Amino acid sequence: MTSMKRRIFLKGSLATGAVGMAVSTGLLTPRMSLAAWSKAAFEAKDVNSAVSALYGAGSMTDSDKIKIKAPDIAENGAVVPVSVTTSLDSASSISIIADKNATPLTAEFTLGPTTEGYVSTRIKMGKTANVIAVVKAGDKLYSAKKEVKVTIGGCGG
Amino acid sequence: MASIKMRAKVSDGVTTIKALVSHPMDTGLLKDKKTGKTIPAHFIQEVVCQHKGTTVMTANWGAAISKKPYLSFKFKGAAAGDTVSLSWVDNKGEKDSADATIK
Repeated sequence: MTSMKRRIFLKGSLATGAVGMAVSTGLLTPRMSLAAWSKAAFEAKDVNSAVSALYGAGSMTDSDKIKIKAPDIAENGAVVPVSVTTSLDSASSISIIADKNATPLTAEFTLGPTTEGYVSTRIKMGKTANVIAVVKAGDKLYSAKKEVKVTIGGCGG
Repeated sequence: MASIKMRAKVSDGVTTIKALVSHPMDTGLLKDKKTGKTIPAHFIQEVVCQHKGTTVMTANWGAAISKKPYLSFKFKGAAAGDTVSLSWVDNKGEKDSADATIK
């Protein structure tokens, strides 16, 4: 009887050990499974598949209510400051895409109901490309773009 | 670990958050010049900012965010003296959080 119990105990501890391993190696990242981080979208190789992986199917409409603030010429592609401002009502999500990067989607910002349509961050750009801002407002997608010339790439070697 | 520097300022009912996180944000494409080995990807995937238990911003990031990432955004409905908290999780499961008082 005691030996049986010990076996069960060993089994249990081995199982939790395996889960622990999975967590530490990143197979089961804590919290990530609940969050909206879309692996498919961030690993997509072109703009359209990134957008459809992120927002589902849906066409984007060009909008002049989205303003992208980024330099015309970025000397260092590793640090390109980008700000996106939108005056669209009920904007719930803003994405920043650099269309010539190996994986174009750089970031997606989910806005709360009281959050203004504004985000600012710094991105890496491999080469001269369009910076595309995609805004989800209601159930529609709107976009705007701005070309940024990159002198030195920031995505590798 | 104090990896987060955050400022929160309210003006005309709109709170502006500016945050700077100390993180390498490795893409997984770069090689170490000394060893010739690829530096594995290590980047922040999710940043969450909360005010009074409500999430005001969730940022999902790829590896193409610059190292020492900077984030700024604005939201309504907070007053001076309120606390906002910011937390991040990276692709290795490392995390950190910080609080700031709105000025």
